[in-house]
Amino acid sequence: MNAISETLDPLPAETPGRRARSLGDRLFGGISWLAAVVVLLVLGAIIVMLYVGARPAFEKFGFWHFLSTAEWNPVTEMFGALSPIVGTLVSSLIAIIIGVPVSFGIALFITEMAPPWFKRPVGTAIELLAAIPSIIYGMWGLFVFAPFFADHIQPRLTDTLGEWPMIGPLFQGPPLGISVFTAGLILAIMIIPFIASVMRDVFETVPAELRESAFGIGSTTWEVVWNVVLPLTKVGALGGVMLGLGRALGETMAVTFVIGNAHELHAALFEPGNSIASTIANEFTEADGEVYTASLIGLGLILFIITFIVLALAKLMLIRMSRREGRSA
Amino acid sequence: MNIYTRRKVVNLFNLTASAVTTLFGLFFLTWLLWVLFQQGLSHVDWNLFILDTPGPGDEVGGLRNALLGSLMLTLVGVLIGAPVGILAGTYLAEFGRYAYLSHAVRFINDVLLSAPSIVIGVFVYEVMVVPMGNFSGWSGAVALSIIVVPVVVRTTEDMMRLVPDTMREAAAALGAPQWRVVTSVVLRAALSGVMTGILLAIARIAGETAPLLFTALNNQFFTLNMDEPMGNLPVMIFNFAMGPYDNWHDLAWAGSLLITLGVLMLNILTRFFLRPKK
Repeated sequence: MNAISETLDPLPAETPGRRARSLGDRLFGGISWLAAVVVLLVLGAIIVMLYVGARPAFEKFGFWHFLSTAEWNPVTEMFGALSPIVGTLVSSLIAIIIGVPVSFGIALFITEMAPPWFKRPVGTAIELLAAIPSIIYGMWGLFVFAPFFADHIQPRLTDTLGEWPMIGPLFQGPPLGISVFTAGLILAIMIIPFIASVMRDVFETVPAELRESAFGIGSTTWEVVWNVVLPLTKVGALGGVMLGLGRALGETMAVTFVIGNAHELHAALFEPGNSIASTIANEFTEADGEVYTASLIGLGLILFIITFIVLALAKLMLIRMSRREGRSA
Repeated sequence: MNIYTRRKVVNLFNLTASAVTTLFGLFFLTWLLWVLFQQGLSHVDWNLFILDTPGPGDEVGGLRNALLGSLMLTLVGVLIGAPVGILAGTYLAEFGRYAYLSHAVRFINDVLLSAPSIVIGVFVYEVMVVPMGNFSGWSGAVALSIIVVPVVVRTTEDMMRLVPDTMREAAAALGAPQWRVVTSVVLRAALSGVMTGILLAIARIAGETAPLLFTALNNQFFTLNMDEPMGNLPVMIFNFAMGPYDNWHDLAWAGSLLITLGVLMLNILTRFFLRPKK
């Protein structure tokens, strides 16, 4: 404590019982308040500026018409957002379908199975997947994974799942490896660390007594996880899934490399497509004409709103989770 | 098969599956790193650091302008973003811990933490590039600083809240005004945590590509002028990887290896700092 008392001025001689806040307090408090407000203002400014920038497109096409048409033609200046929106949603959905079970497995392994000395290295290694910049995933995806996928995995999927009734048509397409499905797969790898670490954290909040009493009446590890841990933490785990979804929706560079950037709508997942982020990344600097640029900014606004809603839901779920944890503890 | 055997089989199957998923995750990490070393390591040489990026058809070239541009953009981005982030974090942890404003800021900050970075690029394009009339290093740095702020706000608040209230009370009992308590006691105690947050933010923006695509753009030539388009590693990798020349691809791989090693090292370093002391 010596170090602290040395740094402080001695008590002013004429300290009244209840001092008015000093000038320094008002100044420093005011500046820090301002910085906090800046965070809110940035969000507001992003939404306002995107709306202002997108207005020419919304005025020309009408908001709902812009959302629901798939035509994207810079020559005739006709733009519709349907194809990028569908591409974004489909690739993110694929990422979630693949990523969630894997993340659950990883969280289960780290919390229930790994010996204590092994937990930290495994957890760190998985989280490092999230640290790798997305441009690196893009390069790896384009030069290494897409050719591998086209040669080894895609033909097998087409021969097996592609023959099934109902879902068969989904697994068709040219053997390029550049497709909405590849983008979804790479997105899955990128969001696994986010979902897995949230799941691991919420699983670890379950009190040891509950776990132990379930083990005590003879439950297997799986039964403890499925019947005790998961029901208690499902809100938090779902929050983690939403967080991953928010990441997948807005991911740009990795998707731009492998999705094919074709303004087309296909039922088949192995056909090239595009996403909102990849369309903006590819075309923004080349866009000439007010309507073209405005349409791209409009896409940005739609993306921002979708991810905002998803991330806000994720946050609300995680808040609910931590409140409940606070009550039971 | 009776119920006991079935339960054991289900348990064994699911636990095996869980171990396999972990291997699945680790497999991709290994694969990525292996490819990066295999493709990039042989092209990391002295030329990389003293020559500028080659134009179409140029035989030799390096990454000097892109490396330096990335360093400058990152540095300026952090210099703009970190003070705002630290102050806002200080407000959340100290001055307005229970204020209504703080709840809103925490919520919005967490959303901004995962907001799509390409949209931030579009935003800065509209507020800086269009009024200034050209792409510039400054606008790139501002775009990066918008990504820095939420990371720093979050870690600053978390780290300051770890400082026990008894220390604040002890300082206040000595008659220190709140700003002295915050700067001389709380901030000093939380300093290593706050610095870690800044390192984390650097790691986050060092590889960001999307916000630079239409702000800093790229520059094939060496420049230190932040008013001009500025070369940077991520956009260089993007352009060269999409380009038709083999030596461009080689440089893109070498740049990827450098970025990844830098970012991973920063991450491991921050983990070392943040590790709970026993």
